[in-house]
Amino acid sequence: MHDDVANESRFQERIDSGEKIEPRDWMPERFRHQLIRMISQHAHSEIVGMLPEGNWITRAPSLRRKMALLAKVQDEAGHGLYLYSAAETLGVSREDLIDQLLDGSAKYSSIFNYPTLTWADVGVIGWLVDGAAIVNQTMLAKSSYGPYARANLRICKEENFHKKQGFEIVATLAAGTTEQRSMVQDAVDRWWWPSLMMFGPHDNDSPNTAELMRWGVKRRSNDDLRQHFVNITIPQAKAVGITIPDPELRYNEESGDWEFGAIDWDEFYRVIKGNGPCNAERMKARRSAHDDGRWVREAAAAYASRDTVAAEE
Amino acid sequence: MKTPDTPLWEVFLQNKQGAPHEHAGSVHASDAEMALQNARDVFTRRGHPVSIWVVPAIQVHASNPDDAHSLFDPADDKLYRHPSFYSVPRGVRDV
Ligand SMILES: [Fe+2]
Ligand SMILES: [Fe+2]
Repeated sequence: MHDDVANESRFQERIDSGEKIEPRDWMPERFRHQLIRMISQHAHSEIVGMLPEGNWITRAPSLRRKMALLAKVQDEAGHGLYLYSAAETLGVSREDLIDQLLDGSAKYSSIFNYPTLTWADVGVIGWLVDGAAIVNQTMLAKSSYGPYARANLRICKEENFHKKQGFEIVATLAAGTTEQRSMVQDAVDRWWWPSLMMFGPHDNDSPNTAELMRWGVKRRSNDDLRQHFVNITIPQAKAVGITIPDPELRYNEESGDWEFGAIDWDEFYRVIKGNGPCNAERMKARRSAHDDGRWVREAAAAYASRDTVAAEE
Repeated sequence: MKTPDTPLWEVFLQNKQGAPHEHAGSVHASDAEMALQNARDVFTRRGHPVSIWVVPAIQVHASNPDDAHSLFDPADDKLYRHPSFYSVPRGVRDV
């Protein structure tokens, strides 16, 4: 007991002085537990996040767009794998994490439970959803847990292209025909609020935030990150003539912030609890991909064990 | 049904000719050949790495963080291992 108290204060000192915690270092059980939860949710989000965009790969309007989208979706698979590895350093197995996603006991970002109805959605996802993810992941690249920080650093290096290719699609459509303009505006109308929800509940309603910030896992609060995202995004919308669907949006000269209207948290919790437009479809797609890949895993395992089997015979 | 475990491999990349191999991350694979292919897909989508090593993670033996003091601290007080410890007469150059 006394040891735990001493260890814990030594641990907090290391964090306060900016040291990184590495897998074999002493850490409080709750730190380990919270990190496994957070990193695995992040990993699952990258994996499920491939589905809404993957939906459009075969229907991309040109070869250039198709190459970009394929490369982006492939990057997201990579992000999932970096993150699963980071979670595994805390003593969980990859297979257990995947099983938790498939049996529905693990969460992933609720943004991916919305449908991609038109090609414009692909552009708007790159611009807003990857844009919000970049804000979050740039902070996480400075996280106090070494493997998580390094995974996010690697991710950040790849994300800028995701946002830029998305914004290029948005800008092209916004400068296009009346039909194209209304298509991209419609996509922004549908994705704007869910993108703001990606940063999570308000600081007062986010029980984990204070603890995660004290441990240096997070460096900025949900509301702080959300405000930063809005501030950088509004000028981009204006530059291409996109209207942000928020009548209360206004610039505060004093703070330099774009103030925005109330977020519909009922919708947020409804989607998190599994009742969003595509929750069931996403889980079905993940489960059947996993089942369809079973023979590959079995064949690979059998091939790898062939020498042992031959030696025993 | 529980998904069966697949071995973990640590991946090391040599990012340019003449540079050392550095740890990049890890992959799961049933054998070394698949580990190399997975490492290529996961860690070399950009840039021009020249070589990849994969090592079974269970073969990596790491020092215990609790031993860091006894292992590494003694180096702190051996200033005589550095050139600044030694003095030479004024005006002598290129020693
Ligand atoms: Fe990503
Ligand atoms: Fe991305």
